[in-house]
Amino acid sequence: MFDADFFRRWMTATAASVEREAERLTALDSPIGDADHGSNLQRGFRAVVETLEKEEPGTPGAVLTLAGRRLISTVGGASGPLYGTLLRRTGKALGDAAEVGGQDLAEALRTGVDAVRQLGGAAPGDKTMVDALVPAVDALGDSFAAARAAAEQGALATAPLQARKGRASYLGERSVGHQDPGATSSALLIAALAEVAGE
Amino acid sequence: MSDTTRDDEKLVGIVLVSHSAAVAAAVAELATGLAGGGPTAPVAPAGGDEDGGLGTSSELVSAAAAAVDRGAGVAVLTDLGSAVLTVKALLAEGDELPPDTRLVDAPFVEGAVAAVVTASAGADLATVEAAAAEAYTYRKV
Repeated sequence: MFDADFFRRWMTATAASVEREAERLTALDSPIGDADHGSNLQRGFRAVVETLEKEEPGTPGAVLTLAGRRLISTVGGASGPLYGTLLRRTGKALGDAAEVGGQDLAEALRTGVDAVRQLGGAAPGDKTMVDALVPAVDALGDSFAAARAAAEQGALATAPLQARKGRASYLGERSVGHQDPGATSSALLIAALAEVAGE
Repeated sequence: MSDTTRDDEKLVGIVLVSHSAAVAAAVAELATGLAGGGPTAPVAPAGGDEDGGLGTSSELVSAAAAAVDRGAGVAVLTDLGSAVLTVKALLAEGDELPPDTRLVDAPFVEGAVAAVVTASAGADLATVEAAAAEAYTYRKV
């Protein structure tokens, strides 16, 4: 079972990972985006960690809902509402239980990913964060490690795709050959989850 | 809001969300200017991020919506990308925007002009929304 502290550590581990990888995320965002993905997520997750320390939400659902709201209000790019919606909807789906099981988490995360797909209108294969998140959620029933591997594989597999959503879609065929920054940061989020789960 | 705003009537408020503060402010000025010499509906730009750079600030959007809310609803027009997604996410939050706030599916400049003109004439939110959306059908060639 996973309590609020586990979810706080997930967010803290994601923030640390985003700090480490910010330059790479921004570099990936340079040829096909507007070169702000790393710095935007850095600002957002710093704010998330700060808010979680200050407000100390007491349930898994409250941790993710608060984190999501914070991302929506601080990121400033499209990743703010997208990651914000992912965490907020996942948090809402977890309800107000003090502890949740792995199955609850997997189902809640699927609800969150569905909300992201609806918000952005993206389907798998569109070269977006959905390409890492959908395989991750599908594999989460097996293990956290399997979810991490699936997310990383999904992110790598965006490189040959042509972007169909967001600014990169304006580039058409020129978006081919670049790994999607959003799918890459989504893989970091899932890797951080596996990390705090000890897998 | 200028002195000519018709605060005495319940007019639909218009919020213009662009990645650029300059674009949002200029389109607000353009739409208000084209609305005619009389009193106009409340219009507020919400452009750029909080530091004045390119992006979208949910706080600027919320503040703009609150500023133009006269109780008749608020029509929000956006340019693209994070502007659209931020407004949708705020609407999903439920309590971040005034009741009867709608994201209007319309071209930014032409839609803003149509929205401000109809809102200034006292139209309700659905009529303002329809007028702004209809701007998509105006072909230039």
